[in-house]
Amino acid sequence: MTATVDASGHVKVAFWNNPKVRSIAFQILLVLILAVLFYEIVVNTTNNLKSRNIASGWEFLNRTAGFDIIQPPIDYSSASNYGRALLVGFTNTIILSIFGIFFATILGFTMGVARLSRNWLISRIGTLYVEIFRNVPLLFWIFFFYSAILQPLPGPKQALNFMDGVFLSNRGLMMPRPVFGEGAWIALAGLLIGIAATIAIARWSKARQLATGQMFPVLRTALALIIGLPLLGFIAAGFPLTWDVPEIKGFNFAGGLQIIPEFIAMLVALSVYTGTFIAEAVRAGIQAISHGQTEASYALGLRPGKALRLVVIPQAMRVIIPPLTSTYLSLTKNSSLSIAIGFPDLVATGGTVLNQTGQAIEIVGVWMAVYLSLSLLTSLLMNWFNARMKLVER
Amino acid sequence: MKTKFLSWVLGAAVSAVAATAASAGTLDDIKQKGFVQCGVSQGLPGFSNPDSNNNWTGMDVDFCRAVAAAIFNDPQKVKFSPLNSKERFTALQSGEVDVLSRNTTWTMSRDTSLGLKFAGTMYYDGQGFMVKSSLGVDSALKLDGATVCTATGTTTELNLADYFKANNMKYQVVAIEDANELVKAYDEGRCDIFTTDQSGLYAERLKMKNPAEHVILPEIISKEPLGPVVRQGDDAWFNVVKWTYYALLTAEEFGITSANVDEIKTKNSGADGNPEIKRILGIANEDGSAAGFGTGIGLSEDWVVSIVKGVGNYGEIFERNVGAGTDLKIARGKNALWNNGGLQYAPPIR
Repeated sequence: MTATVDASGHVKVAFWNNPKVRSIAFQILLVLILAVLFYEIVVNTTNNLKSRNIASGWEFLNRTAGFDIIQPPIDYSSASNYGRALLVGFTNTIILSIFGIFFATILGFTMGVARLSRNWLISRIGTLYVEIFRNVPLLFWIFFFYSAILQPLPGPKQALNFMDGVFLSNRGLMMPRPVFGEGAWIALAGLLIGIAATIAIARWSKARQLATGQMFPVLRTALALIIGLPLLGFIAAGFPLTWDVPEIKGFNFAGGLQIIPEFIAMLVALSVYTGTFIAEAVRAGIQAISHGQTEASYALGLRPGKALRLVVIPQAMRVIIPPLTSTYLSLTKNSSLSIAIGFPDLVATGGTVLNQTGQAIEIVGVWMAVYLSLSLLTSLLMNWFNARMKLVER
Repeated sequence: MKTKFLSWVLGAAVSAVAATAASAGTLDDIKQKGFVQCGVSQGLPGFSNPDSNNNWTGMDVDFCRAVAAAIFNDPQKVKFSPLNSKERFTALQSGEVDVLSRNTTWTMSRDTSLGLKFAGTMYYDGQGFMVKSSLGVDSALKLDGATVCTATGTTTELNLADYFKANNMKYQVVAIEDANELVKAYDEGRCDIFTTDQSGLYAERLKMKNPAEHVILPEIISKEPLGPVVRQGDDAWFNVVKWTYYALLTAEEFGITSANVDEIKTKNSGADGNPEIKRILGIANEDGSAAGFGTGIGLSEDWVVSIVKGVGNYGEIFERNVGAGTDLKIARGKNALWNNGGLQYAPPIR
């Protein structure tokens, strides 16, 4: 090792001893090793598959699937190709996850706040809910709700009839489906204008409140706009709306909107199970806010509801959001348990494709890539939301 | 970086799978470990079904026992792996099981693109439908609009789509992976129809809360030759499995049963013994040279004797597991020997 001191007093070290050079060199080396390893794995795998006469590659996506899927959300029949079948599964996964997240959030927030209620009964209900649903494996809840739908409910011919056109049976929930006729776009335009106007009014009233302290009944105005404008549109177009009512035809109901029992069971199980974690996150978030905040807002004359909504929750959000993100991620991933009861999500349809084609590596690759991207996307959205909700210091 | 990690893990998993298969011949491996690892169903009465003591019974199970008997002269030297319809091929491809004997349909795509080989047809079957008798349906052509329960990833699922399409009928499919969950869903009324191979329908009907409430429709909508499967690329092992199947048929054809095999062997041991029987049972010639072909495929000369002593011939296996004396009461039909009007035919052992 040779170290000399140059004129300016810096210690001059040899090129290969320079820490900067070293760190870069080692990183390049690591990347190279990884690249070689990766290349080796791919080549090795391809050769092995070929030598054992197992088909590989992506051509199978264009071959005819030949199997049917219950209630495909996008156009699909047994004549469609495998790629389309995977897309159906993917769409079902997305639909299930979005609805699951929506209901789990509502349930979780309600129960989280309820657990902190000063009312004995309400807080006990919250505790009971969390402790029961959190402490039993999700798969059990899925089977439980699936059986709970199938066992007690009658067959389609003896379906329970709640109101006109709404039937509940062991084939699921049947509802009338709205069919929009000509001129329905006027109503849609009314709805869009209503939403846009509501946003504008909310902004204006906030600015006015900050400036003058006067409050504006935003909620009532918004409701009137969002419901009233489309209604006016409908009237203007002469009610271009008919209902496709489900009817017993042969074995089952035909027409209408059908929600299959597998979807209901999955949605309920995912929502109540995930809701418990959200409830706990919400409780933790609220408890993290010092009690002085609540007392101060009471002292300012805010009623308990407003104190919670305007002072406590906004501050609690920054504690709630990070665990909320992981809960959303696990809900999306847990939706893959659909396969247990035959809801055709990505894993279920992918599994069928895998079995028909035998191309395990490609299908497993698709599964991993899809769940990884969904998770990353959710994280991205939640991080953006988190940044917006951050405590702004003045 | 994250995507690279993904491919990396994926690749590593695949290489690991590939590495296990790149070993010596399957037969040598089996002789070394001392048992045959056999993939069976998760419970299908008559074909592969565990009893309360976890003893497996059924035709598919007996076939594995026959293979074990041929190799070790002991039909008990076999271990069973219950597999669902989705796992079965991967389990065989990856070397987790040595032979898959799990009511699996022989099709062209499976035979050519999965790296597998079918060794024969243990049972000639066809797909049928079961409905609740209360629905009053007497023909599959009256099933328009019905909801159908089926196992995922099976030929059944594909035939179903073809059949309804060809007959211009609509249906909804509920495809469940786990056999027991599937039967439960049908029994609880999720579907109007349950479809699988007809032999399977008879078997699953026994599992219903009230078997008498269900009828099996007369239509058979497909050919379902069910047979044992091995990995492609190991011809020696393929031969052992294939000829074990033929040995079962040949034994029945020559009237060799587990009860009389010893007697037949002694009777034909002399110089005046039937040369055909001598070849089959591997009775040595007068000069001590081998008459049979057992050693040629890596087994002992009296491999057929071991098989028949261990599990009986094909007819015995059939009657014991699914025949008239069982709950399933299935007739021989297409599974009778060729000289009795059936399709079961073995090339000669010579």
